[in-house]
Amino acid sequence: MAGSGAPGLARGKEGEKLRMLRGRVLLSRWRPLVAAARPSAEPRRQFRTGTFRQRGRFQEFEKEMVKFRKRLKEALPGSEWNPLNISKDLPPEQADVVIIGGGVVGWSVAFWLKMKEPWRNALQVVVVERDLQYTKASTVLSVGGIRQQFTMPENIQMSLFSAVFLRSINDYLGVFNQPPIDIQFNPSGYLFLASEEGAAMLEENVKIQRTEGAEVSLLSPAQLKKKFPWLNTDGVALASYGLENEGWFDPWTLLNALRRKAVSMGVYQSRGEVTSFNSFSREMMTADGEVVKLSRIKHVNVQMPDSTEYSSVKCSIVVNAAGAWSGRVAELAGVGTGSPQSLAGVKLPVEPKKRYVYVWHCPDGPGLETPMLIDTTGAYFRREGIGGNYLGSLSPTEEEEPDTQDLEVDHDFFQEKVWPKLAHRVPAFESLKVKSSWAGYYDYNTFDQNPVIGAHPLVENIYFASGFSGHGLQHSLAVGQAIAELILEGEYKTIDLRRFSFYRLVKGNKILERNIV
Amino acid sequence: MAAPMALRHGRVFISLLRACSRNSSHSTAPSTGLLKRRGLLQYLCDRFYDIEAFVDGGMKLKSWNLERKNKHYIQICERYGDNLAAAVFALMLKGGIRFQGQTEWYRERNEKRYCLEVSQYQGVPLEALDFSGSVINYDGLGSLVNLKTLKYLDLSRCPNIDDWSLSRLHVFRDTLQELSLAGCPQITERGLACLHHLESLKRLDVSDLPSIANKGLVRILLEEMLPQCEIVGIHYDDELPLCLEDDTHQGETEELQGVACIWKNSKIPA
Ligand SMILES: Cc1cc2nc3c(=O)[nH]c(=O)nc-3n(C[C@H](O)[C@H](O)[C@H](O)COP(=O)(O)OP(=O)(O)OC[C@H]3O[C@@H](n4cnc5c(N)ncnc54)[C@H](O)[C@@H]3O)c2cc1C
Repeated sequence: MAGSGAPGLARGKEGEKLRMLRGRVLLSRWRPLVAAARPSAEPRRQFRTGTFRQRGRFQEFEKEMVKFRKRLKEALPGSEWNPLNISKDLPPEQADVVIIGGGVVGWSVAFWLKMKEPWRNALQVVVVERDLQYTKASTVLSVGGIRQQFTMPENIQMSLFSAVFLRSINDYLGVFNQPPIDIQFNPSGYLFLASEEGAAMLEENVKIQRTEGAEVSLLSPAQLKKKFPWLNTDGVALASYGLENEGWFDPWTLLNALRRKAVSMGVYQSRGEVTSFNSFSREMMTADGEVVKLSRIKHVNVQMPDSTEYSSVKCSIVVNAAGAWSGRVAELAGVGTGSPQSLAGVKLPVEPKKRYVYVWHCPDGPGLETPMLIDTTGAYFRREGIGGNYLGSLSPTEEEEPDTQDLEVDHDFFQEKVWPKLAHRVPAFESLKVKSSWAGYYDYNTFDQNPVIGAHPLVENIYFASGFSGHGLQHSLAVGQAIAELILEGEYKTIDLRRFSFYRLVKGNKILERNIV
Repeated sequence: MAAPMALRHGRVFISLLRACSRNSSHSTAPSTGLLKRRGLLQYLCDRFYDIEAFVDGGMKLKSWNLERKNKHYIQICERYGDNLAAAVFALMLKGGIRFQGQTEWYRERNEKRYCLEVSQYQGVPLEALDFSGSVINYDGLGSLVNLKTLKYLDLSRCPNIDDWSLSRLHVFRDTLQELSLAGCPQITERGLACLHHLESLKRLDVSDLPSIANKGLVRILLEEMLPQCEIVGIHYDDELPLCLEDDTHQGETEELQGVACIWKNSKIPA
């Protein structure tokens, strides 16, 4: 080599390069195995899902690790310092996306952002949640229902998507080396009853549902009586019954599974309350000569729990998934604080509305075939387990709307409003024993009871995903995906949710969903 | 041999990494800086993901295979109709079929032969399908949902049949007379509840379902739900629960005392 002339050297180098290149091509075929040895960390796609398999040996190892950590802790008494787990739920100093609210919607957005990011750790995502016990979050206080029987195609499509997701939940949310997820789905269907006046509407609704691909059957009172002998069909003219992909599941399991998966994919969880934003704003003139103030959130200020201390997260995008409190969060960001007649004065109309749920025992009540029944009066109930327990309630009328200060349950409401209606529909419920009850907040959109999804016209980098008014649990999975698409690809790819945008509030166009329970 | 070795080594790394603080949210430093400081960790991380991707690939292959085997045979369907498509599907999964008028199960394993022989049954209603011990799953049942004459369906010992799958059986409500779900590991009472659609059912085999807890109670409830049907495989005295109060609700609900307000107070491990 040393003796060869300059051109030869060059050729030799060239040849080497070529050989190396070829080697790379060859190597890249074996990428999964050997890529690690390559120093240049070319971005690689996040590995996707796979069915989960249990691996006994790792679990043994993990158990050992837990023990080891415990021993370590004992060896360092009185110290909070933990060498293996430095995290104290503090948010990072900066992030690409800050998601406010760690309910099912927030975690779903986080999961889908990670799922769709172009390469691993391309995005730094933080979920800020003020209450990790979830004492007030709607997610865990809901009744866990999923149905296809909506009247807006978007809502039906979202539910169908969620049903497929839940069915293959282990493909989506299974975490390597962790036990599989059992969502405890009860495929028992929703049964909507309609009175004489409502019958035509019900038929119309079912037509829409069927064109969207939902399996729904119509039942006459006689057919109802035959199928559900315990039902009193007085005042019922027609019923629609969901045959597939409807029922109820355990919201806690879904929330935990989403969170576990998202965290395993690198999402940060931070504990604290978002109390303010630092934004930067500038004035612009619209085509019709109106001056508008555009703003951009620069920092999200997170107040640490049980202290006055707060930390600031520099971020480029904020997702408002604060459920029933998202109206307040939007206000902090300056949404709706301008003069009432202008664009800047349009509020996010999402408020907490208190809803009760009662659990009762009735040994002679309806059997295993009990669906989620929605009465003509709006009262609903379903079976809870197989021990003769049921749960149900009714949404109060506007005049009856209870105070939302706390989650106290009004027992008279059951006695006076709910029970008579249910006992009329199911005579066996004339004798029952209320066992327990709870209350939760609907993230209620006072404008049109439909969610507000997508960006804001003036605050450039905030995205909304709230206002589900009682069906957010089942739609969270689809909405998470939609928001991730909007953020990463700039438009909806799977389900077109443009009708739910903030613009409809600006224009005053209500979009109505007839099946709100 | 190399791959399993790599796998075995990989596992150690995987556990190690999982046990480290990779998952926990980190105080201030964003991850890129963090990883630069820890070259070795970065290396292992990459390795971890690669090996995990490898294992994951294996699992994907498996689920792809399952998917492939459960595919709806659209072509056959279009050409020969739903009956023959379902018949071919059953034979491909090493099951058995019986057309109307036959008394014996037909269980040919040779693909060429059964395709030829089954095609002679065009127009004859398919009455019985035996999928016992096969890989049929929710999607696979999609090949059967158009059958108008199915009277007998055997899904016993099918590891992929779950509650979701059972919710597809309502399509046989007018015809299905016998159903066996014996030994399906995933089925619970939640799925059995939707069998109430099957109004013609005369015999239901629910023996040996490991995921059902209160077997005696489930038997009683099944009999109430399907009065015309003989339930086999569970006895009244199988594990009758001592306390029926138990509900499986998410979170815990406490007994109501007086009119005190009750909260559901469960915790997510932080
Ligand atoms: C009684 C009842 C029954 C229901 N039944 C059903 C049903 O059958 N099917 C269905 O699909 N849906 C149902 N829902 C609706 C469903 O529960 C909600 O729509 C859904 O859970 C909304 O999820 P979320 O993540 O937006 O809200 P949440 O779960 O409420 O989460 C929001 C989180 O944001 C946090 N947060 C708020 N403000 C801040 C802040 N400033 N900083 C930090 N964190 C903050 C809160 O602590 C909370 O944890 C029901 C609701 C109720 C109340």
